[in-house]
Amino acid sequence: MGVLDDLYQSAILDHSRHPRNHGELDEHHVAQEGLNPSCGDELTLYLRVDGGRVAAASFVGEGCAISQAASSLMTEAITGLELAAAHELAQRFKAMIRGLGADESLGESRVLQGIAKLPARVKCATLPWVTLELALSRFTERAD
Amino acid sequence: MTPRPTSADVTLDGRLDGPLDTPLDVSAIRADFPILARKVNNEPLVYLDSAASSQKPRHVIEAMRAYYEGHHANVHRGAHRLSVEATELYEQARRKVAAFIGAPTADSVVFTRNTTEAINLVAASWGRANLREGDEIVLSHAEHHANIVPWHFLAREKGVVLKPVGLTPDQRLDLQALEAALTPRTRLVTTFHMSNVLGAINDLPTIASLAHDAGALLHVDGAQGAPHLAVDVASLGCDFYTLSGHKMLGPTGIGALWARAELLDAMPPFLGGGEMITRVSMFDSSYAEIPKRFEAGTPSIAEAVGLGAAVDYLSGIGMDKIRAHDELLTAHALRRLDAIDGLTVYGPRGPDRGGIAAFTLAGVHAHDLATALDDMGIAIRAGHHCAQPLGKYLGAAATARASFYLYNDLDEVEALALALVDVRDHFAAHA
Repeated sequence: MGVLDDLYQSAILDHSRHPRNHGELDEHHVAQEGLNPSCGDELTLYLRVDGGRVAAASFVGEGCAISQAASSLMTEAITGLELAAAHELAQRFKAMIRGLGADESLGESRVLQGIAKLPARVKCATLPWVTLELALSRFTERAD
Repeated sequence: MTPRPTSADVTLDGRLDGPLDTPLDVSAIRADFPILARKVNNEPLVYLDSAASSQKPRHVIEAMRAYYEGHHANVHRGAHRLSVEATELYEQARRKVAAFIGAPTADSVVFTRNTTEAINLVAASWGRANLREGDEIVLSHAEHHANIVPWHFLAREKGVVLKPVGLTPDQRLDLQALEAALTPRTRLVTTFHMSNVLGAINDLPTIASLAHDAGALLHVDGAQGAPHLAVDVASLGCDFYTLSGHKMLGPTGIGALWARAELLDAMPPFLGGGEMITRVSMFDSSYAEIPKRFEAGTPSIAEAVGLGAAVDYLSGIGMDKIRAHDELLTAHALRRLDAIDGLTVYGPRGPDRGGIAAFTLAGVHAHDLATALDDMGIAIRAGHHCAQPLGKYLGAAATARASFYLYNDLDEVEALALALVDVRDHFAAHA
């Protein structure tokens, strides 16, 4: 079966069932809520920032396998990145989901590339990344 | 028309016992719906999302095409032949809808965009004119957002109080709780005919007498009721009934409000503009009689004609037969789905249950389920179904929902059940 084998493969189901960096960060500088109003998926993203880099990232949320796996994968991908690089990675992720190809810097998040063929699920995959963009712009505003 | 063979070919696992006879010639009906012939993801389309929007028979599509090709002009501006014809077709559609729901006069039927707009009309016109601070509106936890949010406006603007009523353990509207919620300050009871999530069919005559005994009016959200049940507004005992054309084989962009004529007659206008006035000076205007008072601007004429064709089609088949077919599909769907380990189907079991099955599958989120089924050509809905308070009440924020209509058959119910087992097993194997 196409979508079951292509999309709902071990990596995605593993991340959705055993999400990495799940739970509130004890010490964080940003807590950003994200919401997908059309389906009710909810997410809160926590970032600890140290020396202009993402020192730690975690999330709490409820939703489908796609949004949970995307969140888990994202927290891994952005940990250690400079804030500008994290923002840049969000653009590359969204480009991949728009079908513009996957950049190697996305690492394991590339398992979500198949979402490009499922317009109904694009918002599930991009929810954590859009939430990250909001978190970064809020943090940057405060820093200014 | 010869009955479609409905026999042992669907008795997979020997689990499909019980009556298999439908009063409908489903294959002949399916041939009337061009879209049902298409494929989705290289699989035959299995359309189980009619509660969101039904498909359209050729009759409706043709009626709208014939209107545009032969009769279109603006209505109620009868200076020329086409306008007279368009007006007659538009008003004929109003008479058809009135007859379909048992309205005593066609004038008490107002065309709107959909149920949502019709409920907003009641809230903005009747509600604003009649409700004061501390007045109460009783509704259920299972209402669609369209039957909740317009009342929020009155709560905010007027200080009207919303009193939600819960469900019985078997997920019917709790009539005892409803009765207990009624007070001398209750001005309106507003609830569904058939729940868009639970499939529960409300006992409207009983609810109407409870409401009326308390001195309140009854509004019925008929978005799911009108497509599936024979509606007779007089015997249901309601004061307002609202419906959407697109859920009952008609086009999008057309719906209706029926109200008791004396209520409607006393209601102030909803939107202002052309069509709804008798005379306009620069600083004041007087308003037209019902129903035109509530139809400002050029209405959805072709869509009204399409809705007229849709109710002709439904009446031609017979709402009683459509209901019997619904009951057959629902009974088999519940039997098959209830037998799947890990699957929970919401809503009551019994004759007061329409062709809607909302469910959750352990270990598979509703959206993932819908994506996997879509890949097999099966269209269902997933999410909160515009009933977030109900999701919270049931403790299930997102559910998957299959809904049936006159063009669905037992093979499709079976395809759904088999697909659900496949998906469950796939997710379990990758645990």
